[in-house]
Amino acid sequence: MDKRVQISKSMKWNLGLQIAVPVVLLILGIYHGLMQTIYRSGLISDTSFLGLEYYQGLTLHGVINALVLTTFGGVAIGHYVNAYFLKKEIHPLLNTVSTALMLIGSLMAAWAMLMGKASVLYTFYPPLKAHPLFYLGAALLIVGSWLAYFGWIFLYMEWKKENPGEKVPLAIVGNQANFTIWFFCTLAVAYEVLAMLIPWSLGWKEAINIPLSRTLFWFFGHALVYFWLLPSYILFYTALPRLVGGKLYSDTAGRVVFFLFLIFSIPVGVHHQFSEPTIQQNVKFFQSILTYGVAIPSLLTAFTIAASLEFGGRRPGDKSLFGWMTKLPWFQSDKYLFGYLICGLILFIFGGTTGLVLASYSLNSVMHNTAFLPGHFHMTVGGPVFLALLGFGIYMISNITNKPVRFKRMLTIVPYLWVIGISIFSSGLMWGGLIGEPRRTNLGLSYLNPDNPLFRADWVPTTMMALFGGIIMTLAFVFYIIPFFATLLAPATEPDGITYPETDVIHEERKIAIFHTFKPWVALMIVLIFLAYIPALYQSMKNTGKKAVPVNPDGTIETFDGDIPKDLVDQHIKDIQPVEE
Amino acid sequence: MDKHEKRVTAFTGLVLGLFVIAVLFAASQSEADIPECIPYDEAYATPQVKKLDDYNYQAFYVAKMWTYDPFEIEVPVGSEIEFFLTSSDVVHGFWIPRKNLNLMAVQGAVTKATITFDKPGIYPIYCHEYCGTGHQQMAASIKVNYPQ
Repeated sequence: MDKRVQISKSMKWNLGLQIAVPVVLLILGIYHGLMQTIYRSGLISDTSFLGLEYYQGLTLHGVINALVLTTFGGVAIGHYVNAYFLKKEIHPLLNTVSTALMLIGSLMAAWAMLMGKASVLYTFYPPLKAHPLFYLGAALLIVGSWLAYFGWIFLYMEWKKENPGEKVPLAIVGNQANFTIWFFCTLAVAYEVLAMLIPWSLGWKEAINIPLSRTLFWFFGHALVYFWLLPSYILFYTALPRLVGGKLYSDTAGRVVFFLFLIFSIPVGVHHQFSEPTIQQNVKFFQSILTYGVAIPSLLTAFTIAASLEFGGRRPGDKSLFGWMTKLPWFQSDKYLFGYLICGLILFIFGGTTGLVLASYSLNSVMHNTAFLPGHFHMTVGGPVFLALLGFGIYMISNITNKPVRFKRMLTIVPYLWVIGISIFSSGLMWGGLIGEPRRTNLGLSYLNPDNPLFRADWVPTTMMALFGGIIMTLAFVFYIIPFFATLLAPATEPDGITYPETDVIHEERKIAIFHTFKPWVALMIVLIFLAYIPALYQSMKNTGKKAVPVNPDGTIETFDGDIPKDLVDQHIKDIQPVEE
Repeated sequence: MDKHEKRVTAFTGLVLGLFVIAVLFAASQSEADIPECIPYDEAYATPQVKKLDDYNYQAFYVAKMWTYDPFEIEVPVGSEIEFFLTSSDVVHGFWIPRKNLNLMAVQGAVTKATITFDKPGIYPIYCHEYCGTGHQQMAASIKVNYPQ
């Protein structure tokens, strides 16, 4: 933490907005996270609370926490590592346009959600219809992040030209791999949104192919989770070992891991569609096997990072098997970032394992779309991803504003409190899922309402556990935002320039050419995508017999002047029946 | 690569290999397979239950906001039901927790799965995919009785 790198004023502003805006929105996102556990436990038996509907809030929770925060966070960390390791910044104008697009997109989507015009959840599965500005907002958020990526490609090539024969810093390899995955996978969702959903929601296109839209969505949807995860991986490899006074066990292993993610992240999306029609069993099985491929880099990381931590924690003469673990800087407020990263890793052991279970072909039938699923992904996106973004977010804020972090002790206990909360919360959800509890459902109205014939007494303890965990998680977040805003408002007393807990490697390794170039890996990635997705997309189109018109979440269909054939609408209205009480 | 890295890489490969074998084994057991893929036809959009013989049924389900058609069906213990599922509007779920029957109902497409009901009882079917404001009350049931 010795080196200080100067960054431009425009970069400071852009980074500041990219970090602070999602944290402000997160207040809303986390609020509804808590509210959901209250509704689901049956404490509230209503469609809405304080003017916010359950499914509207659920959409806000998903979009803000899993799309807005993560995209902004990934872009901010990308700028930060480029500035620190390459001492390069993208053009200020490009940077500002990129930030502006992301902000405008997020605000558009937020408006549509808050007005109740987009209660379609963050997966926006058609034929549920949202306001066109919701889709457009999501598209702008993505396009904004592409601009940053295009800028970094030039920085990367420029640096390689200026430093011939030198190893590109590992953090930069991680960031380039991450945004290459992101760029390719978002092409599919951009097509879905721009060519299908927007014209369809505007009434320019009468009906669309639903299975195709779902396959395009999941082409993006699973790679998205690696886009969430890789910024944390960059920190695990290049910052965490230094925080424990150690060194990285192997730099080559880090490169192998990032390249494996590059090739395996996209051609696995069909494992979210095991229960769906139109795609054949062999295609599903093939992608299930590829999903095991994408587990390899995470298992290798588990080893490399554990070895690096042991190297840092083991004092000379320490022969104990696990004694070194007690020497790590737990609860040390000058190294608060350690807690955020290690707690994320601990949660990821469980998040990753349950993910493997879910991706295991027919085993998925036991818990697909049950509460087990949010139980699983709150230990991935709500674990290593969320904690790394929070911990490193305040670290970056302190660095770019030259303000010392305030209330460090409070900040330090946040990740531990979060781990306790999420362990209880996720256990409740996973247990509930195994006994049948569905996800994304306002349980308090029906299954957890003793006055309703659908009441399930056996789901009371599980939803109560989730509620209890949810309260602790919310408390942890409150303990985070106090130091966050206190730091933002503090006087600037630190020297100018950004720092990074930069990690050395244990031993300099031989440079293996294949791990120092992107070209063969990107080529392999494209080949695998074709192999996995040509059949899936072809079958989605071939086996679908009918297209679908837009349906509002309340069951009504809006008619656009003559755009939808009348018989289609009549048929649909005939099909809709009143709710059975 | 040092010897620890070699060991951990081999171990990783072994564990994942075991998983693949386990999945293959499970898939080969008919009880645990995932939906079959069949092309769509208009005929699947008509809800009905066909009795092939005393213990073999075909159930053509149409999921719609916010119910299933047929809403309740009754079969004797030991019956095998072939499910054909589609949706007439948005995407719905079709989840029978006790049988691990886990399907998605998608408009314009058909999901097919076969399940045997060996034990008597009322098997609830829950919608487990968000399908609009009435989602939380979308449920149906299958009654499995002893033959009369």
